[in-house]
Order: sequence, then C-alpha cells, then structure tokens
Amino acid sequence: MSTGKTTLDITGLKVTIGGREILRGVDLSLQEGRVHGLAGESGSGKTMTGLAVLGLLPHGARATGRIALGGRDLLTLPPRELNKVRGGEVAMVFQDPATSLHPMLSVGRQLTEHMRHHLKLDKREARARAVELLGKVRIPGAEEAYGRFPHQFSGGMRQRIAIAIALACSPRVLIADEPTTALDVTVQAGVLRLLRGLCDELGLAVLLVTHDLGVMSAIADEVSVMKDGLVVETGPRGKVLREPSHAYTRSLLDSLPGETA
Amino acid sequence: MTLEIKDLVVEHRSPGRPVVRAVAGASLTVRPGEVVGLVGESGCGKSTLARAVCGLNPVTEGSITFEGVPVTPLGLRRRTLTGVQMVFQDPYASLNPRRRVGDQIADGLRTARDGETDPADLLERVGLPREFAGRHPHEFSGGQRQRIAIARALAARPRMLIGDEPISALDASAQAQVATLMRDLAVDSGAGLLFISHDLSVVRLIADRIAVMYLGRIVEIGDTAEVWDDPRHPYTQALLRAIPKPDGMGVLPEELTGDVPDPAAPPEGCRFHPRCPFAMDVCRVKEPEPGPVACWLHEPA
Ligand SMILES: Nc1ncnc2c1ncn2[C@@H]1O[C@H](COP(=O)(O)OP(=O)(O)O)[C@@H](O)[C@H]1O
Ligand SMILES: Nc1ncnc2c1ncn2[C@@H]1O[C@H](COP(=O)(O)OP(=O)(O)O)[C@@H](O)[C@H]1O
Ligand code: SF4
Ligand SMILES: [Mg+2]
Ligand SMILES: [Mg+2]
Repeated sequence: MSTGKTTLDITGLKVTIGGREILRGVDLSLQEGRVHGLAGESGSGKTMTGLAVLGLLPHGARATGRIALGGRDLLTLPPRELNKVRGGEVAMVFQDPATSLHPMLSVGRQLTEHMRHHLKLDKREARARAVELLGKVRIPGAEEAYGRFPHQFSGGMRQRIAIAIALACSPRVLIADEPTTALDVTVQAGVLRLLRGLCDELGLAVLLVTHDLGVMSAIADEVSVMKDGLVVETGPRGKVLREPSHAYTRSLLDSLPGETA
Repeated sequence: MTLEIKDLVVEHRSPGRPVVRAVAGASLTVRPGEVVGLVGESGCGKSTLARAVCGLNPVTEGSITFEGVPVTPLGLRRRTLTGVQMVFQDPYASLNPRRRVGDQIADGLRTARDGETDPADLLERVGLPREFAGRHPHEFSGGQRQRIAIARALAARPRMLIGDEPISALDASAQAQVATLMRDLAVDSGAGLLFISHDLSVVRLIADRIAVMYLGRIVEIGDTAEVWDDPRHPYTQALLRAIPKPDGMGVLPEELTGDVPDPAAPPEGCRFHPRCPFAMDVCRVKEPEPGPVACWLHEPA
C-alpha cells in the first residue's frame, strides 16, 4: 500500500520555547497522495509540529532536528528561501477560515495575489486559474464568487475558499490543522470528500491534524498519535484505530462519545 | 418547574433588511430533571430560541412559560430571579477578565440569597481545586474557564439550565467531560437542562430526549436512543449519516448537499424539500404538521 514517494520527512524534531521542551523528538513522514492523520489531546504538540514545517513557530522558539523537503532541510533554510516554500510548495489551512482569509479583500484578489507572486502569472492567467480553483472546491457560481468578499459566504464555503487559496500555487504538501472542527457535520462531510479528492487527484501529501477519530477514520491513510511532544504510535489507519498497540491510543478510543464500546 | 415552549415565533428585525423569522413555530417542553438536546445546523435558530427563553429576544408569536408563568423580556437582574441560567459558548466572553473567579461565583450565590455556601464549594463541584477562587479567568484553559462559568450559573440555584453550544469552543477531550458534568449537576439538583449543540454524538451521550431543528422548526423529537437508532425525518437521517465513524474503515461520510436556506425567504411547503431525497409533490406546496416527526412520510395516523 504505502509505495508512495516520501514528500516530507520530519526526523528528531525538537522545539523549545522559553526553556520548555514542547516537541521532544518528533518523527513523521508524509507521502505523495496520502493523508497522514495526527491525533492526540490538546497541548500534545500537534499544532507546533505543523507550524515548524511552515517556519511559523512563535517568537523565541528554537527548533532542532530535520524537516526534509525535496533535498533541503527547512529548518536551516534562509528566511527568503523559506518564504518561497511557504505558500508555494507547502500550504496550510487552519480551524478558523478567518485565519487564512482577509476580510476586506475580494476572494479573487486573495486567490490571485499568491499566484502572481509565486507563479509569476499575468492578470488574465491568474484570474482564469482562480475561477478554475473555485470550481474545483465546488463554490457555486465561481465566476460571480470571484468578486465577492469572505463575509458573503457561509462558514463551510469560507473554509472551501481557504482551501482554494492554499491550493493556488500547486503545493506538494498541505498542512490542515483541525480544518473541519468548526463546521457542521453536514458541511464537514463535504470538506472531507474535497480534501480526499484533491489528495488523490493532485498527489498532495496532507498532514491532517484532528482530535476527531471519526474524521481520522474517514480520510487518513496513516495515523500518528502524539502525547507530550512525542509521537507514541504510527501505523496504517485500520491498524491504529482497530488494534492500537499503545495504551494511550486505546484510552483515546475508549473516551469517545457515541461509540458503544 | 417545567419549561413550555408553544408555537414559538421569534423574528429579527433590522433596518433596511428583510425580517428574519429565526424561530418559525417551534414547540418544546423541558421537565425538571430532564435533559433535552437541541441539535441542528448553524443558522437554524437554536440560539435565538435559547435567548428567547431567557427573555433576551422578544417573543413575536406563541408562548414560553416557565413554572406556568410567561417569560417576558426582562432586565438581567429580574431574569436571574426567574431561575433560568444560561451557559454560553465562549467562556472568555462571559466571565469578567478583571475579577477573581471566586467573586464572580459569589454574585451567583447572592442572586439565590445564599449566604452559607463558599464559592470554593462550587469550584469543587465542577471538579476544580478550591484555591482557584482567588485567581483571574486568564489563568485558566478554555475547559477550566467553562467549568467556572458553569459553577457561577449553578451558584444561582437555577431550576432550568440552558447551555448554548457550551462545549463547542473546547477540546474534544474536554468536550465530553464538560457535557457530562453539566448533565450530572443539573439532574442532581432537579433542574431541567436544555443542551444546545451541533455535535450529535455528544448530545447522544447526555440527553434523555433529542429535538432536531431545521430552519426555525422542530422537525423531529423523541427519546435519544430512538432518534439515534431509528431516525425518521429525512433531515435527521442525513445529519446522522454525516457523522464519520471511528471504525478504522476509511468510509467517507455522506454529504448533505446545499446550504441551509435563508430564513428570511424559506422554501414553500416543507422547508427541507430542496435538500430532501424523498421530496414528493405535496412537500413542495404544503408544510407538514408539527408533531414528533414533521414530515409527509410520517403523517400521524
Ligand atoms: N506561543 C506559545 N508559547 C509558548 N508555548 C506555547 C505556545 N503555543 C503553544 N504552546 C505550548 O506548546 C504545547 C503544544 O501546543 P500545541 O502544539 O498547540 O498543542 P495541540 O495543537 O496538540 O493542542 C502546549 O503545551 C502549549 O501550551
Ligand atoms: N440579531 C440578529 N439580527 C438579525 N438576524 C439574526 C440575528 N441573530 C440571528 N439572526 C439570524 O437568525 C437565524 C438563526 O440564527 P441563530 O439563532 O443564531 O441560529 P443557530 O444558533 O442555530 O446557529 C440566522 O439566519 C441568523 O443569521
Ligand atoms: S415532508 Fe417531504 S420534503 Fe419534507 S422531509 Fe418529509 S419527505 Fe422530505
Ligand atoms: Mg492545536
Ligand atoms: Mg448558535
């Protein structure tokens, strides 16, 4: 099954903030066209892992270890180079679409700005690609949606737009941190299908951070479980969710509401 | 001590915009010691209904009575005296950041004219250490803050507790715990609990009955196990199908297509018909009768 090429390889990632070790040697690898789910209770370091990949750790954080993408180590990349990677090869989607969307700029403007910057497209080409992306994330009336503003869309549509913006520059890696947590289940279902489809179709390597093991079960290929800054278990979805080998994973599964355990 | 909502209509009016009928004829009863879960997609009118019960939104038509007395728009002070307390989604917004949590809990005790109880006792009841009373809200995590908000609500000895998405801003691990805590505390004190959430799996865990709301109406209501195991309204069925199961099988949940329509211009006939896979001719022209299941497929015999 996992014959895919490794796109991103994190090894021995440690992050210290103010003398406190937040990540204590994280190993994680993302494959082309696969969704890698990252679970674990709050404070275990899931978000920090994603931010480290993006070079967006809080001020004063120190990171050691290695984050390899296409032969480079993102941890040692000069800021200018890292800037190009972020929003280019590596894109992100957060829990709250407001984090990724500017309220005062039209959807079209936000989509094309990234592209013109990263892909060096002219205005017409960028517009055509933006409308195509809006269609791809299934925003109805893409042509018309191009000129509208974020507040004119529902929460689910806004998250789709955030995903379109993340995809604008054809990333190889998508970090999605609780992308459906704020959505209604009905809308979540659509966004999960969308993410799965994009992963299959574009060969994206996705790191999906979620506390929801139902979401994990629906779209992750591999699952890793974090606890106190370490990955305590990694394996194929079916194995980790059905026959967890680590006691902590078992306790997470047992604490689920709505399951007759 | 029963809360009775009958054919409730609540409209929002804002200048230059069409009237929004956020609650469009909803009936619901919450008895003492009973937990009723109110679920439905965002925008369906859950908060508007909850705020009307607390007298924070005026009733346009229909009635809300608590212990037989009509609820009318009241000032905050009078409202707390009626014995209904509300816990909101955002504990950051509902607690005063500048006051010690013990003092804020003491306000609730004063409302109930309780001179005996120590605020620290209430902290203990919500599972927090007594010494937290001297601290300020910013010193706590989201889950702890919500427990403090619950302690403050309980201090007023409510006979009805309303939680409007009280767990939505919390972590999954804290969500089930806080929901269960609210249930236990309400039931132990003999109060009713109206628990609003868009998360059905948590509601299933704590509610005796589930009411499903769609576009301002209650479309299905019943015992939790019945609704969960045998949902009868097509909307309830779609909601439940959309919940992904943690069975490790890699099955994508089913999507319910289309957004919730604009409540300022609801569809004719059954409000769910544009999204319903079973819609028939009658559904497009005639609104189903309210009942345990408001759907033409389940006409009362
Ligand atoms: N800006 C910050 N400065 C210092 N510590 C932080 C900061 N943000 C988060 N942390 C700490 O880092 C740890 C990991 O947090 P995070 O990665 O956000 O966890 P998760 O996403 O798994 O809930 C937590 O202990 C948290 O308190
Ligand atoms: N103060 C208000 N003014 C105008 N419209 C409102 C107001 N509050 C809510 N609404 C509208 O009423 C409908 C129901 O909202 P709400 O009760 O908040 O739903 P829910 O809590 O189920 O998400 C929505 O269409 C919302 O936009
Ligand atoms: S009344 Fe008709 S449209 Fe409405 S839910 Fe029932 S079958 Fe569907
Ligand atoms: Mg996080
Ligand atoms: Mg609400």
